[in-house]
Amino acid sequence: METSNPTRRAVLGTAAALTAFSTAASRAARSEQPPASVSPPSQALIRVNGKQLTLELEPRTTLLDALREQTDLHGTKKGCDQGACGACTVHIDGKRVLSCLTLAVRCVGKEITTIEGLADGDTLHPMQAAFLAHDGMQCGYCTPGQIMSAVALVKEGHTQSDAEIAEWMSGNICRCGAYPNIVAAIREVVGPDGKRG
Amino acid sequence: MQSFELIRPRGIDGILSDWHPGDAFIAGGTDLLQLMKNDVVAPERLTDLDNSDLHAISLVDGSLHLGALATMAEVAAHVDVKREWPVISQALLLSASPQVRNMGTVGGNLLQRTRCGYFRDVGFDCNKRRPGSGCPALRGDNRELAIFGGSSHCIATHPSDLPVALMALDAQLDLAAPGSGTRRLPLAQFYRLPGDTPHIETALRPGEMITNVVVPPGPHARNSLYVKVRDRTSFAFALVSAAVGLAVSDGVIRDARIALGGVGAMPWRLPHVEAALRGQRADTSVFETAAARAGDGAISAGLNKFKIELTRRTVLRALRTVAA
Amino acid sequence: MIVGQSIERLDGRLKVTGRARYAAEFKPPNMAHAVLVQSTVAAGTVAGIDTTAAKAMPGVLQIMTSANAEKLNLKGASVLQPLLQGNEIFHNGQHVAIVIATTLQQAQAAAARVRVRYNPAEAVTMMEAALNQASVPRNFSNGRAEPDSRTGDPDAAMTSAAVRVEATYTTPIEHHNPMEPHATIASWDGDRLTVWTATQGISGAQLTLASLFGVPKENVTVICPFVGGGFGCKGTNWPPATLTAMAAREVNRPVKLEVTRQQMFTSNGYRARTIQKLKLAANKDGKLLAIQHDGLAQTSMPEVGEFAEAVGLASRMLYACPNIGTSHRVVAINQGLPTYMRAPGEASGMFALESAMDELAVRLAIDPLKLRLANYANADATSGKPFSSKGLRECYEKGAAAFGWQRRTQAPGSMRDGRVLIGVGMATATYPTNRSPASAQIRMMPDGTAVVRSGTQDIGTGTYTTMAQIAADVLGLPLERVRVELGDSRLPPAPGSGGSMTTASVLPAVQSAAIQLRDKLFVLALARPPAAWGTAAKSDLRLENGVVQGPGAQVSFIDLVTREAVSFVEAAADVNPDAASKDHSSHAFGAQFAEVRVDPDLRTVKVSRWVGAFDCGRVISPKTARSQLIGGIVFGIGMALMEETRVDAETGRTVNANIADYLVPVNADVPEIETIFVEAPDLVTTGLGVKGIGELPMVGVAAAIANAVWHATGVRIRDLPIRLDKLLV
Repeated sequence: METSNPTRRAVLGTAAALTAFSTAASRAARSEQPPASVSPPSQALIRVNGKQLTLELEPRTTLLDALREQTDLHGTKKGCDQGACGACTVHIDGKRVLSCLTLAVRCVGKEITTIEGLADGDTLHPMQAAFLAHDGMQCGYCTPGQIMSAVALVKEGHTQSDAEIAEWMSGNICRCGAYPNIVAAIREVVGPDGKRG
Repeated sequence: MQSFELIRPRGIDGILSDWHPGDAFIAGGTDLLQLMKNDVVAPERLTDLDNSDLHAISLVDGSLHLGALATMAEVAAHVDVKREWPVISQALLLSASPQVRNMGTVGGNLLQRTRCGYFRDVGFDCNKRRPGSGCPALRGDNRELAIFGGSSHCIATHPSDLPVALMALDAQLDLAAPGSGTRRLPLAQFYRLPGDTPHIETALRPGEMITNVVVPPGPHARNSLYVKVRDRTSFAFALVSAAVGLAVSDGVIRDARIALGGVGAMPWRLPHVEAALRGQRADTSVFETAAARAGDGAISAGLNKFKIELTRRTVLRALRTVAA
Repeated sequence: MIVGQSIERLDGRLKVTGRARYAAEFKPPNMAHAVLVQSTVAAGTVAGIDTTAAKAMPGVLQIMTSANAEKLNLKGASVLQPLLQGNEIFHNGQHVAIVIATTLQQAQAAAARVRVRYNPAEAVTMMEAALNQASVPRNFSNGRAEPDSRTGDPDAAMTSAAVRVEATYTTPIEHHNPMEPHATIASWDGDRLTVWTATQGISGAQLTLASLFGVPKENVTVICPFVGGGFGCKGTNWPPATLTAMAAREVNRPVKLEVTRQQMFTSNGYRARTIQKLKLAANKDGKLLAIQHDGLAQTSMPEVGEFAEAVGLASRMLYACPNIGTSHRVVAINQGLPTYMRAPGEASGMFALESAMDELAVRLAIDPLKLRLANYANADATSGKPFSSKGLRECYEKGAAAFGWQRRTQAPGSMRDGRVLIGVGMATATYPTNRSPASAQIRMMPDGTAVVRSGTQDIGTGTYTTMAQIAADVLGLPLERVRVELGDSRLPPAPGSGGSMTTASVLPAVQSAAIQLRDKLFVLALARPPAAWGTAAKSDLRLENGVVQGPGAQVSFIDLVTREAVSFVEAAADVNPDAASKDHSSHAFGAQFAEVRVDPDLRTVKVSRWVGAFDCGRVISPKTARSQLIGGIVFGIGMALMEETRVDAETGRTVNANIADYLVPVNADVPEIETIFVEAPDLVTTGLGVKGIGELPMVGVAAAIANAVWHATGVRIRDLPIRLDKLLV
């Protein structure tokens, strides 16, 4: 809907104060506080990999599309855009989530980590190095999501057995079928008893 | 996705007072955004529930209280839930994927829309999506669809696992509406069967929202489990699932609770099977006799006929396992 | 030697850091976004398209329909109607409009508001409804084989044989579902077109686009450094790429189109549904006397094109048998055009043949492996040609030993773990060794690195890595001083990455170019030799570690290139398949061994153990080759147990057109997989001895699982996928 539509605003009643769409609202959106109301389009500051990014967001823009279309962070992949493949997995406040089902404007004030935020300069994150060593990939398209999921999995601690790893990695589809190598890579990072990492 | 406005009110009072007809609530967003991307729904305004203060998981007088915004992952991992209501934790851990469980909420999961392929694709007719347009699933590909509670207008199943467990446990919902306070409703009265109005799925009134789920304790809850049968090992919806709770003392079944997922227009309780178990000895022959009746009243639309036999076997498996 | 060593894939670092750039991830300035609109009826005509509401929406630049789309040069085009060139509808999901807007969100919203009216016509949406219309394929197997074959007299042999098996096997529609959806960015500069597109064949895309738009081939540049999986569905230049280029020309700015996951079910082909009749006849010792394999496959309406699934080719050559007949027929219905999907022909055909062989073994009470060995072929039974190489016997032996096949007990249901039913099954794998003309070029740069260039693609199979390995070995360079450029049509042309032929086609070109470059470096070195070399000739020189090493002294590549004052020293090669290969039957082989665990009550099937032994010729890169073998088996597990595109008969529309309901294997579905290389080099096809790897490992997987399920349960499933409802008996 068009928030500038006067009849609509009249109907909103008490909400009208919140939905006032003006430069003031835009300024509010630029702060690190979540905006009280967002209508298309406004600028928002989103914190990704420790850096503040200024993005032009409509409420309907997903975090995935915001990253892929408006930044150089194309490592987060669009596989199904429906939450069914895991290729778009990122961390929000340390938890693995699906960026295709996350509205970008709801991420203001949160800490987002993408695949580009894992390595320390030229030094790969141990999980990235393990995926490389075990060839936990082929075409590479699901790989960033797999690695983001794997890093979170280690923190979650569901790594006691290979079967447990496989179950907890089943939200990330790899059509090339690199699954055994992915499990082996995670196994290397957490150690034989699943405790390390 | 059509454009919409997003408002982010604070607290339940703010949320309710800001509500306006045509608004939708967004919590985890894992189902709503799929539906919006597919143009199945196109709300003009979304109310963000992030600031609703409904995230808590707590024990009140021995009952479990699940805030509507508690995530599936948080509930599944909660130590009290795992100990006193294991069927809830298991149902959640067998749901979706770890990422979805980190996002999806209790309230949202209860309100997940059907996975019927005809409903989710606007290229098909669907009585649930467009009342009166017809139900091609009745004569089409209905392998996954309902054998219980369907009608000649709709045979869609409720897809979630959590409400199956909650149904078995006689959970109640706290519902809050603009200007009319909170009411408590048994989950069994929350869902509506399709009848000739399949687009009306719940007892929710305009602007009303789930705030809290209350689950009573009991020996049947402590001794409960969830069995889910699906077409792949993980990350798939149920063909048939069963939530069972058995209270057994001195070898006798004092209480029995059974609810099914994947087969009903709503999470489907089996009172006649429960009755066949109560007061009986907890042994295999009793389970077999009771489970043999689990498909009673089922109606097949064709391709889903196998679910009737699979239901019996799933219930039997669940009973044998929980009693072991 | 770097060839044969287990090394990390060279593009792996870019992939694990998220820096590998796929087609949709390029950003030409001022790019607009396009979204497809598809039909909701399966036959008829478009009566009208109301774009008023959509056009008025924010950001919408243009809406193209057949009414305003530019007319393309369709001479020689294989796919017609979906290019907005006419009003007729031939399948549900056919592209009928394309919406172009400033942002992706605007284009998506407007596409949902385009209103299309149809004059629907009666559609035939299911193959079973039109079996009496089956016809001989017009262009079978790209002309490389005849649709029908007959050796000896199978009918007569069938009648007189002691033991016969006759059964019908069916396979469903399957979709490739690579994780990267089809995506194209198109940008025009006058009559020059640049497309970044997800393709397994940049050369083919370049030719097709040039032809459709009536511009010289040189005017079209196709760029694709990474492909997020193809499995066959990115082998052809499908309509979305062309439509993107049309859209870009229409709005006079770069346009990007990413096909949605749902549209992936209607935009780039699928594995056709097949119905296959198999008849086997044998004597009491299990010696095959006759094979008759008759295949029916669905295809699209002729106006859209034709594709014939070649299910019977393996039956012509796999076993020693004096009487073999095969036939192929297609059934045209209102569905999109099928295409190649991983192990086209063999994946479906060998499910039938290798299931039937298992049924024959049961009938004869012979161990299934012994039955295969009793019919081991030393020559191609239909063509009569010798095999260029065949290590199948060793695959059987090594695979069986690693699997513990001898522990199998014959009777179904006889192996259990508690109440859980255990079944083991095996099947043979085979896939032809293909090779096409290819070219490559290598440049020695002034910094001492070699740049290896070929217009091929790396679809995840390791092409970047194997090209570098070959060049490094010939040039005596460490891998880190070899850089590979591929995926750009401005590079020397190479074939599409399909048919498991990239290594066999491209590597000989790289090798040849490297050898020529080595000679050039020798010549340059000898032109101004170090004093110590005296009268040294080429034969006294060798390349190692970035230097030309001669007697008592060396010259570095860096010195050679810089002292010539050139930007680089270059050699190129165009290579063609060896003529001698025509006199041979060339195939890769394998033996698949599966263990399944079947729940005795719920009848769920879980693959619990796998051993695959493969004769895939000489292995260049064991690490990436092993990944392909594992991946093929996983793909086969999907085919066996879950994959099926389900069509609503009334509308011809796919009911499960998404990756939540079209199930593919997840991590938890996959057991421990042991792969064994049996390297029987094929030196007839290439001097390198390589065969194809991509398709081979999925062949026979579905049969091995079906055979194991029979062994566990006594239920023979002849209709894929093997879901529990078929076992609830």
